[in-house]
Amino acid sequence: MSRRRRDRSLALAPWLFTIGFFLLWEIGCRAFKISSYVLPPPSAILEALWQYRTQIGYHSFHTLWMTLAGFGLAVGFGLLLGMALGASRFVNAGTYPLLVGFNAVPKVAVVPILVIWFGVGWQAPVLTAFMISFFPIVVNVATGLATIEPEAEDVLRALGASKRDIIVKVGIPRSMPYFFGSLKVAITLAYVGSVIGEYNASNVGVGNLMARASADFNVPLLFAALIALAVLGVVMYAITVIVERRMTGWAQRSNFAAA
Amino acid sequence: MPAFVDIHDVTHVYAGAEDGAPAVQDLNIKVMEGEFAAVVGPSGCGKSTLMKLATGLQFPAKGTVIVDGREVGAPVKIAGMAFQNPTMLPWRTTLQNLLLPLEVVQPHRSRLRSNRAEYVAKAEALLEQVGLKGQGSKYPWQLSGGMQQRASLCRALIHEPKLLMLDEPFGALDAFTREELWCVIRDLHAAQRFTVVLVTHDLREAVFLADRIFCMSSRPGRIIAEREVDLPRPRDLEVTYTQPFMDIVHELRAHIAHARVAA
Ligand SMILES: Nc1ncnc2c1ncn2[C@@H]1O[C@H](COP(=O)(O)OP(=O)(O)OP(=O)(O)O)[C@@H](O)[C@H]1O
Ligand SMILES: [Mg+2]
Repeated sequence: MSRRRRDRSLALAPWLFTIGFFLLWEIGCRAFKISSYVLPPPSAILEALWQYRTQIGYHSFHTLWMTLAGFGLAVGFGLLLGMALGASRFVNAGTYPLLVGFNAVPKVAVVPILVIWFGVGWQAPVLTAFMISFFPIVVNVATGLATIEPEAEDVLRALGASKRDIIVKVGIPRSMPYFFGSLKVAITLAYVGSVIGEYNASNVGVGNLMARASADFNVPLLFAALIALAVLGVVMYAITVIVERRMTGWAQRSNFAAA
Repeated sequence: MPAFVDIHDVTHVYAGAEDGAPAVQDLNIKVMEGEFAAVVGPSGCGKSTLMKLATGLQFPAKGTVIVDGREVGAPVKIAGMAFQNPTMLPWRTTLQNLLLPLEVVQPHRSRLRSNRAEYVAKAEALLEQVGLKGQGSKYPWQLSGGMQQRASLCRALIHEPKLLMLDEPFGALDAFTREELWCVIRDLHAAQRFTVVLVTHDLREAVFLADRIFCMSSRPGRIIAEREVDLPRPRDLEVTYTQPFMDIVHELRAHIAHARVAA
């Protein structure tokens, strides 16, 4: 196969497999006469998507906002805490058990507390998204700062560079690939968090829509909402990947040892 | 005349050393201003430790380190360093990497912004001297290992340090590139007369470049021999094939062999 043709078939492959997947699903549902209440075929889901398009659009938009708000908080907080952890061994050693303990708590279990504190509204989804997604950012930023090559540090220290100089000139730029790498994980987690929050403690959002659809046994709507979630998730993930490429292209081209 | 670098009866124990054994013990080294000194010794004997002591990256448990007439109590600020690993920052172009020391060291630090063109011209002149003319806009990872090492030398020299510390800077290079860089560093030293301390495993390199060679024992490192190299300068690569040159190499080899057996 010529190189051109191989490149083109590689570009086509994702479409081929995605369409194939839904085709198989459709054929399976029809062949085995599976009830729409158990597993609706893609055609039924598509129909539901169209039928509920305004609802789904409205709630998706809300979910997007909740996710981005939680994610934004996580980025700000994660950067600050990650830098503190990476710059100071003392802070690192001190907060390590706390952080690990916090991360170990399933965030769904925190939602009831948020409901008690804030009631039903935007707070629970945003805070759940934040709590679930800041951890990878903290860890990655701290790692990038803490793993400066000792020789690069020596070169600067022998010139009389202060700790701050070293962090600004070496630490922060070199932790950027770690940071942007962690955003991919964080955005996905924030999304999970906001949907969980909406499911349990909100009157709007895709999570809430699904909670109501589930109570009504509206299975096609449930699946339509799932598809909407998947599309939205893929779009957000793709955007962070593009941002990562833009910001830290040097890391990929130089085989820099970041995640 | 007092020595420019004077390491006197120094014993150093790393804080992280498990056994508490010193890395160097009763170390004595004197290097005159403008002199080219080389340090050779078995692996792990404390050569890099010596470099850190002389530049104020580590402080001795016992003894004194005097550089340029002052006892070292903080990083010295007058030293340029280059290591076996070029440690160029991959997000900066080669030229930006060269300017890095100027962003740290005074008075350049405060002058850099307003006199940038002047400094860039200087960096480009240095690049030309080491055979990297016009490569400043490339990123380090677009350069070969030898080219990166040349750039790393330039970075060590850009702020015109009075003391150049080289820790096996040519260790990872092939023989031809290495000899080429010997000549580069020889010419830079001849032109600018800074003081050099070069750590190396290569005895020929030490004899070719240095005025004075120190042999260290295995850990804990001490100086077991000091040899002045009186081969006339300027030295040409041809000198490495002459009898007096080889005699000195053999003599050093015997010292090193002795140091390793004693371990
Ligand atoms: N940061 C450190 N903490 C504890 N021990 C160290 C540290 N750095 C070096 N050492 C120990 O000190 C001794 C001397 O190390 P040094 O790096 O100076 O050796 P070297 O002569 O440069 O060796 P090489 O030729 O392999 O580079 C070694 O035995 C090493 O294990
Ligand atoms: Mg060493």
